[in-house]
Amino acid sequence: MARLNKSFDKALWVFHVNSGSCNGCDIEIVAALTPRYDVERFGIKLVGSPRHADVMLITGPVTKKLSEKVKRVYDQMADPKAVIVVGTCGCTGGTFYESYTLDGPVDNVIPVDVYVPGCAARPEAIIQGVVKAWEKLEKLRGDSV
Amino acid sequence: MSSVELLFRIVIGTLIAAVGGIVIGLAAKGVDRKLHARMQGRVGPPLRQPFYDVLKLFAKDNTVPDNAVGWMFNAAPVICLAGAITLLLYIPFGSILPVLGGHGDLILLLYLLIIPGLAMVVGGFSSGSPYATVGAQREMVTMIGYELPLATAVIAIAAKMNELFPAEPAFALSTIAAHPLWGEMGLLGIIGFAILAMIMVIVTPAELSKIPFDTPEAETELAGGLMVEYSGRNLGLFYLADGVKTVVMGAIIVALFIPHNLSPVFTGIAQGSIGAYMVDFGFFLVKLAAVVFFAVTVLRTAVARLKIAQVVTLYWIPLTMIALLGLILMMWDSVPMLHIAPWLGGA
Ligand code: SF4
Repeated sequence: MARLNKSFDKALWVFHVNSGSCNGCDIEIVAALTPRYDVERFGIKLVGSPRHADVMLITGPVTKKLSEKVKRVYDQMADPKAVIVVGTCGCTGGTFYESYTLDGPVDNVIPVDVYVPGCAARPEAIIQGVVKAWEKLEKLRGDSV
Repeated sequence: MSSVELLFRIVIGTLIAAVGGIVIGLAAKGVDRKLHARMQGRVGPPLRQPFYDVLKLFAKDNTVPDNAVGWMFNAAPVICLAGAITLLLYIPFGSILPVLGGHGDLILLLYLLIIPGLAMVVGGFSSGSPYATVGAQREMVTMIGYELPLATAVIAIAAKMNELFPAEPAFALSTIAAHPLWGEMGLLGIIGFAILAMIMVIVTPAELSKIPFDTPEAETELAGGLMVEYSGRNLGLFYLADGVKTVVMGAIIVALFIPHNLSPVFTGIAQGSIGAYMVDFGFFLVKLAAVVFFAVTVLRTAVARLKIAQVVTLYWIPLTMIALLGLILMMWDSVPMLHIAPWLGGA
C-alpha cells in the first residue's frame, strides 16, 4: 500500500450519494461543512464528481431502484477509495428495516469501511467517522496508530 | 549570445519558471482558500493544503473513460500545464527579466493565454461525458466573452506607450514595466488607467474559472463540468495548471499596472545586485498576493455564480463599454485642451 501516502489523510475529497434516505442525514452532512464544524480544516472537501472523490459518503438504505446506480458510482471512483455510511438506515436498514423496496443496507451492495450510526447522525459523529477512516488508512499503511 | 548559451538559458530558465510557478501557484491557492474560509467565519484548511491535494491526486488511479478519446484526454492536462508555464517565460517577476523577454510581447501573451483554456476545452470534449461537453462549450463562450474587454485594456495601454515613448516597442512588457503609466499622465489618464485596472481584475476570475464566472465547472449543476471525468494524475496536472495560471494572471496585472520596484527606495542596496533582486522579488510576491486577493478571493466570497448568458452579456456590453471609456479617457489625456492637470495647478 505504498500509494497511500501521508497526504492522503490530509486531503480527503468526499462525494455524497443519497441512496433513498429521508434527507435527515444529508442535512447533517451539509451541517458538517458549515462554519460551526468546518471540516475543510482537515482538508475535507465536497466534490461534484465521483471521479474526483476519495471517499463516498452514502446515506439511506439503498432502494431497489438505486442499487445499480450506487454500484456504478462506486466503480467510477478512482482507487484507492473508501466508503463511509452515514445514518442508521444505511448501516442496518433502521426505520426501513425489512422493507420490500430495499436492496440494502449499504454493505449488501458495496464494501463499507466505516459505519456512522444515528438517525440522523450528528455532525460530530460524521467527523468521528472520518477520523475512523484515517485510522484505517494508517493501519493499511502499517503505521502504529 | 551564442545559440548554445541561449538554449542553456532557456532550459534552465524554463525549469526554474516551472518549479517556481507551481510552488507559488499552490501557495497562492492555499492563501486564497484560507482567506476565503476566514471571511466566511471558518477556520479553513492549512496553508499547505493544495500541496497535500496534489500529492494525493498523483497517488491515485488515473481513469480514462471507455468512450473518451484516450490520447486527447491524456494530452489535454499536459498541454494546459505546459501552456501556463510557457506564459511565465514572458512575464517579468520584480526586476528579474523574463527568460524569453526579448522574443515576445503583449500580443503573444494574449494568444498564449488562450492555450490553457483551449486545452481544457479539448479535454472536456474528448472525455465523452455530456456534462463535460456542456462545460467545454461554456468555457469557449466565456473565453469569447472576456477576450473583448481584455483586448481593449491591452490596446489602450500599448497605444499610450506608443504615444509617450515612440522610440520603444509599445507592446513589449519590458517597455511597460520600465515606465509605470501612473506618473506619466494627467488626471483623466489616471482615471482611465484605473478603470482598465479594474477591468483586468474582473477578467481574471473568468480566465481562472473562479466564482462568479465558474460556469464551465459549475460544481452544483454540471458536477465539475469540464473536469467531470478527470481523476488522479490528470486532475492533478489541471490542479497545478490552475495554480500556475493564477500566478500568470496576477503577474500580468502586476506588470501592466504596478510594475514599481522597491529596491531603488533602499539606497544601501546596489542596483542589479542579488540583494536588489531579492527585495524586488519579495515586493512582487506581495503585489501578486494583493492582486489575487482582490481578483479571486474577495470576488468569490462576495458573490454567487452567474448564468452563462449573464457572463457573456456582462463582458460584452457593460464591461467592454467601461473598458472603452477607460481607453477614451486615456486618449483624451493627450489632448492639451482637455488636460485637467494644469487646471488643478499641476504640471
Ligand atoms: S438514518 Fe434516519 S435520518 Fe438518516 S437518512 Fe436514515 S432515516 Fe433519515
